Amino acid sequence: MTTREAMPKPLLQIENLKTYYPVRRGLFGQTSGFVKAVDDVSLTLYEGETLGLVGESGCGKSSIGRSVVRLERPHAGRVLFEGEDITNASQSELRPIRMRMQMIFQDPYASLNPRLRIFDTLAEPMIAHRLAKRGDVQAEVERLLQLVGLPRAAADRYPHEFSGGQKQRIGIARALSMNPRLIVCDEPVSALDVSIQAQILGLLQDLQDELKLSYLFIAHGIGAVKQVSTRVAVMYLGRIVELAPSESLFRKPRHPYTKLLLGAYHPPDPLLRGMDRPIIRGDVPDPSRPPPGCRFHTRCPYARERCRTEEPSLTNDAHGVACHYPLA
Amino acid sequence: MSATTLPWEQPNTRIEGYVRQVSRRFLRHKPAVWGLAVTILLVLIALFAPWLAPYPPNEVMNAFGAKPSADHWLGTDQVGRDVLSRLLYGTRVSLFIGIATVAIYVTFGTFVGMAAGYYGRWLDMGVMRITDIFLSFPYMLVVLVIVSVLGADMATIMIVLALFKWPTVAMLVRGSVLAAKELDYIKAGVALGFRAPRILLRHMLPTIIGPIIVSATFGVAGTILSEAGLSFLGMGVKSPQASLGNMLHDAQSLTVLTEQQWLWMPAGCMILIAVLAVNFVGDGLRDALDARA
Amino acid sequence: MGTYIVRRLFIAVPVFFGITVLSFLIMNLAPGNPVDMLINPNIPKELLELKRERLGLNDPLYAQYANWLGGVLKGDLGYSFSSYAPVSRLIGERIGPTLLLAAASLLFGLLIAIPIGVISAVKRNSKLDYFLTGMTFLGISIPPFFLGLGLIYVAGIQLKWLPTGGMTTLGGDGGAGDVLLHMILPVTVLGAAIAGKKVRYVRASMLEVLGQDYLRTARAKGLRELAVTNKHALRNALIPVIAVVGAEIPLLLGGSIVIEQVFQWPGIGQLTMEAILSRDYPILMGLNLIAACVVLLTNLLTDMLYAAADPRITYG
Repeated sequence: MTTREAMPKPLLQIENLKTYYPVRRGLFGQTSGFVKAVDDVSLTLYEGETLGLVGESGCGKSSIGRSVVRLERPHAGRVLFEGEDITNASQSELRPIRMRMQMIFQDPYASLNPRLRIFDTLAEPMIAHRLAKRGDVQAEVERLLQLVGLPRAAADRYPHEFSGGQKQRIGIARALSMNPRLIVCDEPVSALDVSIQAQILGLLQDLQDELKLSYLFIAHGIGAVKQVSTRVAVMYLGRIVELAPSESLFRKPRHPYTKLLLGAYHPPDPLLRGMDRPIIRGDVPDPSRPPPGCRFHTRCPYARERCRTEEPSLTNDAHGVACHYPLA
Repeated sequence: MSATTLPWEQPNTRIEGYVRQVSRRFLRHKPAVWGLAVTILLVLIALFAPWLAPYPPNEVMNAFGAKPSADHWLGTDQVGRDVLSRLLYGTRVSLFIGIATVAIYVTFGTFVGMAAGYYGRWLDMGVMRITDIFLSFPYMLVVLVIVSVLGADMATIMIVLALFKWPTVAMLVRGSVLAAKELDYIKAGVALGFRAPRILLRHMLPTIIGPIIVSATFGVAGTILSEAGLSFLGMGVKSPQASLGNMLHDAQSLTVLTEQQWLWMPAGCMILIAVLAVNFVGDGLRDALDARA
Repeated sequence: MGTYIVRRLFIAVPVFFGITVLSFLIMNLAPGNPVDMLINPNIPKELLELKRERLGLNDPLYAQYANWLGGVLKGDLGYSFSSYAPVSRLIGERIGPTLLLAAASLLFGLLIAIPIGVISAVKRNSKLDYFLTGMTFLGISIPPFFLGLGLIYVAGIQLKWLPTGGMTTLGGDGGAGDVLLHMILPVTVLGAAIAGKKVRYVRASMLEVLGQDYLRTARAKGLRELAVTNKHALRNALIPVIAVVGAEIPLLLGGSIVIEQVFQWPGIGQLTMEAILSRDYPILMGLNLIAACVVLLTNLLTDMLYAAADPRITYG
């Protein structure tokens, strides 16, 4: 970090983000409590990097993704994209921003409109935002298809004529149609066969090099995150428990939760694919009433007295960890 | 980044479009197919009534209250008009009112329901309460009263019939929209920065159209019945214009009922046939579209 | 549960006011006003103007509404134009026969719909099921007045089995037996309409229950098919069916107009037609308002019964 140019520029800044889901009950359906899906999370994503976000189902990682692309309105905190505060931007204010920030969805079967031909699905963003002249749309769609490794003929087909992996390629092509700088990948390979997973991850990496993309890569599978991420944030019950460069985190995890998560990870076994088995003993506590102290203490094998009362905060160094007694 | 093999390049992969799949399921439903055939026939009769009818429907003959004969297959009514001609024209009027009214209220209800479901919040609250208000009035009673107050020309009848039916469609559509809002491809539309009209008309509407079509079909049957009821009570389509309902109006007199069955039997049967046919079509569509409406 | 009821009541309040506003507006759609209806060429203009003033007809619309609503809340629905009797009394006098007819029809409708629906479901996709389904479609497709006229023609006039109209025989004793005899035809017609709507519902509900696990367990335990149907399935299938009976109230109230007209039944429906023909707007306004409030109350009750009957639904 000697020159200014070498300083990585932040593309996306998440500051103290809280995304709560109200639990309604009582007269007039007033809010009696909140499921704190994301509870005070701060993250920065730098240009050109892939920030992995990993954790068990229900830890709030997808809520972060949806809050970033503003499919949900955060309860508190700020989201800055290219330095611009988009936390409370209206849909019309978001429109130009959405051209630079796109999303890939988990379930490729559900993310494509079954009634539209692929051509229409891919052409629609360009037409809606007037990104291409009428005459150029055809060529542009073909370019996108080629970019994601599908033949031209795919344009005339309907989504149900494709396999899961191919549909996910189309979903990626649709995101690329806006020429985004950031793509939020919300578990993009969780619904796919293991062999296909590798292809899609490879494609995402190739596209990143070619198009200078940045990814917020959300997954519950360690394998996928490990393959693509520059840095990795581990989430548990709405909080970041560990945030470190990929290599450092996987080599030497410092939070007990991360260690258990990694320990439970085995290289892809086709027989176990899709089995959402509990990784760690005990149940995830009710996110509307998280335990006091360290949120992980109810399941942590190393928990001590202090963990039950005092909540640790994430350290602000290169390898951040939120634990009173981090592993060496 | 090499292309993978695509399913349609493999042999023995049967690919079927949505419309073909639906029509195949519909055609398996025998009563529905019959219903459709009869409905088409009735629509043709309605369209070509002026050419099919042996006499102008309002022309008074010299024989009044005459029994069916070679000249007048279904006899003449008490004023001396040809019953068959009036039956054909009445079918035309009843079908027109049924279809046009449904077109009005289904369009309006769909629009309101989509807005309520999509935008939510106070708009949704407001729309829900308004539908509650409208649906509290017993349909036949309130329609009858308003038509009697405003006077019964055809446009008024259709508007009033529609005014108290759109809330049912709005509620149906609102529910479907709430469910469809959670679909990833709708969310993708939001993330792609599409404006609400594009999302609603291009993505939402095709997704939720099934139950709307089914409800509209049953609605046509119901509206034909309602109009017939109004006209039967003398508060619908007014003589001299013929409607299937007002042709039965005179049967409230015992003489007509007992002595001149040709005056009311054909119109009653025609209503029954039309409503039955359309209801069967609706049933077939419900199965074919797998829509609960 | 308690808070749910209170919340439901709170929602009903604005709906009630909406109903009053709409009822009021409908009547003000009428060209002219009540005084014009009283027109009698012998009354001098000044007197008419005085009368308008006294009736508050020169006030702005919202003031008239407030005035009228104040009366309504005290149970004062105004006076009939033609008989000058209080509207509430006129309606009170005629509501009995309508309630009798509606209750009997509802009962009769359910008594046919439930067995037909259950048989259809148990013997699903059999010839019998198809036949019954066909009959159901006939039931919902036949215009009630046509069925009524047909029944009068066949059972009343050709066969002379039953009286064709009225509630009692003219000059007869007017006893319960006589009334019952007069009820048969109208109840058949209105009941058929109810049954037509309900059979599908019973069948679907029954099919759903029949597909559930505990019934398979019961069958596995060796219970005969029929015993299974009776004991276990029926009860569970009928809870939702009975609970939505309230939904038929608007149909009954609306349908009774046509039926009462066909069978000369001296109830609310006849009163409605009389009021329409004599342009007796206070009666019509009162009828509309009361009918809507009855529907509102039934919906409220239905929701609460449903909440109480079905423990699976939690109203948080």
